[in-house]
Amino acid sequence: MGDFVAELKTIPVLWLVVTIAVYLVASWLNAKAGKTPFIHPVIVSLSVIIVILLSLDTDYETYMEGGRYIHMLLGPAVVALAIPLYKNLDTVRRLFLPLVLGASLGAVVAAVSAVGLGIWFGLDHQVLLSLAPKSVTSPIAIAIAERMGGFPSLAAGLVLITGAIGCLVAPLVYRVLGITDQSVKGFVLGVGAHAMGTAYAFEYGVVAGAFGGLAMGMTGAITAFILPVITALMI
Amino acid sequence: MVQGFLVLLLCQLLGEAVVIYFDVPIPGAVVGMVLLLIGLIILGKVPDGLEKSSVGLLSVLPLLLVPAGVGLMDYFGVLSENWLAFLVILFVSTLVTMFVVGVILKMVSQEKEVED
Repeated sequence: MGDFVAELKTIPVLWLVVTIAVYLVASWLNAKAGKTPFIHPVIVSLSVIIVILLSLDTDYETYMEGGRYIHMLLGPAVVALAIPLYKNLDTVRRLFLPLVLGASLGAVVAAVSAVGLGIWFGLDHQVLLSLAPKSVTSPIAIAIAERMGGFPSLAAGLVLITGAIGCLVAPLVYRVLGITDQSVKGFVLGVGAHAMGTAYAFEYGVVAGAFGGLAMGMTGAITAFILPVITALMI
Repeated sequence: MVQGFLVLLLCQLLGEAVVIYFDVPIPGAVVGMVLLLIGLIILGKVPDGLEKSSVGLLSVLPLLLVPAGVGLMDYFGVLSENWLAFLVILFVSTLVTMFVVGVILKMVSQEKEVED
């Protein structure tokens, strides 16, 4: 029996089945809970799968024999983010200056403040590179960490925590600055808290959600291009 | 649908080729995304097949993030050693970022109202 389980663990398709099944249950739970960003399907899924792997004494490398087939689809998914951006092009043209200025400065402030504080705390080089894209939507943040030599998985985790913090502090920022406009609320959430912020923005309304998605896409693309410059100057 | 998927993969491939050629630490997929955006602007519409594969992929985007997220199991050490630093950094950085973006948007939109 022990041999059987040991052999089963090396079958890649087992981990495909586990990943998809756990994700479906987590999504169902999230929908039941009213789509709150605090029971995020990704966070629930990765926690459950880690518990399964640890209890079966299976390492990440073995898991990825199956998991990498799902992971590989992240590349084309990032490319596909061009389509929602294209559909919002009229909005970008109409509000070109505030949107480009907001996304660019937001991207710079997010990266510089995270790396600066990280250096101050004395974090390692690779940890800093994983921290730098923390405000960017996870698929792009993972790609950035992979390409720049950070830890993609750590980057993904820090992005998720940032998303939750962003949803928590956004109402405070609105109150202090007296922001009442839906589109501004959504955009602020999208720049600071990526997809989780965007999901949260939809609770303010469709307009806020649309601006959140737009902000997320713009900030992600801009960060990918400016981060090499920022890290070269700072680290 | 398959053609659309091929277009996405081709854009990624082109992006990867560009970043390797110019030797820049930018993810190839992001360059592919910009290339596709430029292509769509030139074309003036989103072809049906591309629309279907993109909507399909983006609807399961959270699932695609799970395998990378599971990799956190190898970083429990880093996380437990630095949890306070991470929490402070992420909190302060996110708060400052949102504050700056909010101020900029308020300033620029007020200027616009004055112009109008």
